[in-house]
Amino acid sequence: MYPKDYRYTKEHEWIKVDGANGTIGITDYAQHELGDVVFVEMPKVGTQLKTREPFGTIESVKAVSEIFSPVAGEVIETNSALADAPELINKDPHGGAWLIKVRLADPKEAAALMDAAAYETYIAGKAKEHSA
Amino acid sequence: MRYLPKSPSERREMLDAIGAQSVNELFESIPEKFRLRAPLALPAALSEPEIIQYFQARAAENSKGYTSFLGAGVYSHVRSVVTDALVQRGEFLTSYTPYQAEFAQGTLTAIFEFQTLMCQLTGQEVANASMYDGSTALTEAVLMAERITGRHRVLVARSVHPEYRHVLQTYAKNLGIQIEEIGYTESGQLDRAALKKESLEQAAAIVVQSPNFFGVIEELPALAEAAHASGALLVTGIAEAVSLGIVRPPAEADIVAMEGQSFGISPSYGGPYVGVIATRDKFVRQMPGRLAGQTTDAEGRRGFVLTLATREQHIRREKATSNICTNEALFALVATIHLSLLGKEGLREQALQNLAKARFAQGELEKIPGVRRVFSGPSFNEFVLEFPRSVKMVNQDLLREKIIGPFALGTHYPELTKRALVCVTETTPRAEIERLAAAIRKILERPV
Amino acid sequence: MSYKSTEIESPVGKILKAREHVSQNEGLIFEKSAPGKRGMELPPLDVPTVDASEALGKEFTRDAIEGFPEVSEIEVIRHFTRLSTWNYAIDLGMYPLGSCTMKYNPRVNEFVARLDGLATEHPEQPAEVSQGCLRILYDLQKCLLSITGMDAATLQPVAGAQGELTGLLMIRAYLQSRGNARKTVLIPDSAHGTNPASVVIAGYEVKNIKSNARGQIDTDHLREFCTDDVAALMLTNPSTLGVFEERIAEIAAILHERGALLYMDGANMNALAGVTRPGDFGVDVMHLNLHKTFSTPHGGGGPGAGPVLVKKFLEPFLPVPVVVQKEDGKFALDHNRPQSIGRVRAYCGNFGVLLRALAYILAYGPGIRQATEDAVLNSNYIRKNLEGVFDLPYNLPSMHEVVFSDARQKKHGVNTMDIAKRLIDYGFHPYTTAFPLIVPGAMMIEPTESESREECDFFIEAMRSIAAEAETNPELVKTAPHSTRIGRLDEVAAARKPILRWKPEEGGSR
Repeated sequence: MYPKDYRYTKEHEWIKVDGANGTIGITDYAQHELGDVVFVEMPKVGTQLKTREPFGTIESVKAVSEIFSPVAGEVIETNSALADAPELINKDPHGGAWLIKVRLADPKEAAALMDAAAYETYIAGKAKEHSA
Repeated sequence: MRYLPKSPSERREMLDAIGAQSVNELFESIPEKFRLRAPLALPAALSEPEIIQYFQARAAENSKGYTSFLGAGVYSHVRSVVTDALVQRGEFLTSYTPYQAEFAQGTLTAIFEFQTLMCQLTGQEVANASMYDGSTALTEAVLMAERITGRHRVLVARSVHPEYRHVLQTYAKNLGIQIEEIGYTESGQLDRAALKKESLEQAAAIVVQSPNFFGVIEELPALAEAAHASGALLVTGIAEAVSLGIVRPPAEADIVAMEGQSFGISPSYGGPYVGVIATRDKFVRQMPGRLAGQTTDAEGRRGFVLTLATREQHIRREKATSNICTNEALFALVATIHLSLLGKEGLREQALQNLAKARFAQGELEKIPGVRRVFSGPSFNEFVLEFPRSVKMVNQDLLREKIIGPFALGTHYPELTKRALVCVTETTPRAEIERLAAAIRKILERPV
Repeated sequence: MSYKSTEIESPVGKILKAREHVSQNEGLIFEKSAPGKRGMELPPLDVPTVDASEALGKEFTRDAIEGFPEVSEIEVIRHFTRLSTWNYAIDLGMYPLGSCTMKYNPRVNEFVARLDGLATEHPEQPAEVSQGCLRILYDLQKCLLSITGMDAATLQPVAGAQGELTGLLMIRAYLQSRGNARKTVLIPDSAHGTNPASVVIAGYEVKNIKSNARGQIDTDHLREFCTDDVAALMLTNPSTLGVFEERIAEIAAILHERGALLYMDGANMNALAGVTRPGDFGVDVMHLNLHKTFSTPHGGGGPGAGPVLVKKFLEPFLPVPVVVQKEDGKFALDHNRPQSIGRVRAYCGNFGVLLRALAYILAYGPGIRQATEDAVLNSNYIRKNLEGVFDLPYNLPSMHEVVFSDARQKKHGVNTMDIAKRLIDYGFHPYTTAFPLIVPGAMMIEPTESESREECDFFIEAMRSIAAEAETNPELVKTAPHSTRIGRLDEVAAARKPILRWKPEEGGSR
């Protein structure tokens, strides 16, 4: 379920590092919590992102969630498919519904984040919390 | 008490069911020192006939029997009794905000129709379900322009309604918005030469009203061009909505803030009225206020819901587009019913009647020695005259003739003393216009 | 077009969904339009006609308004009458909506608001011919000051949210006059969304303060949070849990010691009128919602009025104009207020709403206390009868509203929204769902004094029945409502591809 080559944050973002660049999205757990996504607000290309600062929002009918950047970097591309089809986030959160691509300030920064196994443990713990 | 559906024995039974000796027990969570021991100092309770008597007595202390020539943002127009017959239905009057769509399709359908009518009138692509009134709609339109452009200055025409500008100032000063006022020319229109390049480049918007407070119609296409050339928006307020029956709609404006009081809503000493914001589709997410959207249920039937609620305070809280919650829904319904009755031809005819009456009045009043027209720009149903003496003094004499005279512009514009803003609508009888002219003539003949 | 009616099973037997009748298939007014039809005729013009293009110039005149309605009077009457039958309303039954105070809208109020001589008055007309209007405003002010125990009032704000903003602006102006407007306003996490939104428009920052385990302000936290930067605490009392802030005196003292002010959101005044006065327990500034406590009709979403009441020291900052009585007994609008915050709306406010509120108060007099007692009685009666059935997260004395949660029903997959929708099938409007935010799965119930014992009993029965259904037949609850003309609507599609106006070429299925 959770790609092994991605890294994950506690706020349920994922990042896939590719040399000097990274692709960022939200996880399947996050899209499930949000429900049907109706709108995504994204930063402009060229925006400088700081680690753990919000860079956009994802809206469902009744809620708005901020998206936090896993790393520091510069936005080089945003996923234009999401403007017309925000539902992609629910259908393909780890693939076609990537949000932004960034040029990493520090290509090694992402390595310190959770790997797939650690993230799966983390969300299993959260599931326990909710049903408690 | 007639509004309380309980008998003493029922109260007793309910208290028993709760296990309380008296209703006072239910208030014990209030610290004792704050619980009132004596009844409030309020006038003794009145029966229904006494309530009616009180208000009839108040009604007799106002302007019954007087003819008014006041406009200045509030207009007397025809309204049909059909409107009240419909909005007094309990299902409309006593219904709540339509958050539970299945139970409120009446309200939601009517809101959708209101939004459509506002778009058709203004030439804009989308309109909201109402703001409080024209003054707050204009203020919120300015805040919207600020959000869209990221700029914190606005260039506001002095010919915008003074009370609208006052509301804008009251809001703007706490939000770091700089207001630069732009004067008017002898046509009564905004002085385009006074739009400085540096100001425009920092401006979120040029803000005008059309017809403006002087009754003059602004040259909106040219203003839109000037704004857009510097990356600013054009925000247009409308106070006299009947003008849209014949006046070119503000299609070039980016945001329109309209007062709908002219559409079947009584003057009612200042409110309730209905404001509306209309704009381009691309700005819809920055627009405040509720929105009704079309959708379907599981069986494909058309229905309407409140939508794009993530803009609003109950979801976005401190990041909301506005704090507005309660709006003017019932009066949006009044306007919708009224416009449905009046219709395409009726609104046009009404507007033409206003224009004809105003031209006639102008002609009659300009015949009076010492009275002359002030602004040369095109006007709808209001125009400005210069008197040879204080408008307030003339009005005092007019009041004795049971005439409420034109608005004294000197009240808000120190440079416009002795200028009167005359308003006539389709409801002003010719005989009253002639009587006004005769009365003013006589008053001006007397020594000061 | 054919309209099949569907027969479905329900706990009350087989029911037919209302589909076939022509009054249930009404389209939009634009869809009935045809050229040449008119609903209203004007009296003939008694002055010479004028050609618009000639008079104004071609560049200032418009073409005909495309798509504008062209229908007859009877079609307008039928159209809107049919639409009205799709609405629920207080005139039909209870709205148990917490914090909305959906009470009876007395009809005499509608009658007097429409009187010739009141509905007809222009706000700019001279005071000499407006004494009746001004006296109505003045008398209302006096009554509201008596009820709240405050010293001065403005009737200008036209909604609770606008009242909040006005109060905050006055706080700012006052603190500014003492040298420092300060930076933040404290807001409990149980607050209504308009509170933080208003704070931001007033130019302040929001600081959320958590409620304690009793759903009240934690006074230790308050001491800690109330730094020199804090301008005010915005408090709803009773809280949105329906519970009175037992330590209100201490809260006021803490704030005042530090030079901050206590703002009270008066949305829950229906629990207090005649029983206690905010002015007595330390409130400096507050607003009232006349469309809640004071019976003015909601009308599908508004109009409202949100008068603001203040203590004497804030009087100089009231919005302009202020309604005053002069020495000769005559009433006037005083514009000469150099320290005023300015204006929050053109003219004096929603006069028609203010008038209705005065009519309501005149009907009760000091007996207004009885309305408050009945409201609190109803709420406690309902609470007692549902306590065993729904989870009660805060076991504290309820005032005029009670908050349950869906915790027990959640075990069967049924949540507060589902229960609310199923309540529609029993003939009631839903309660307030999912608010306050501090109660997950909240069910906020406020019956108001307008509900008879019988209506309360029906409501209790319905809720008990739904709780049983949640266990035995959860699907029935989760797919409710079943008895309305239209089922649950696709809100996702409405938000993804918004259609916000009718267009001639589109139509949509009926």
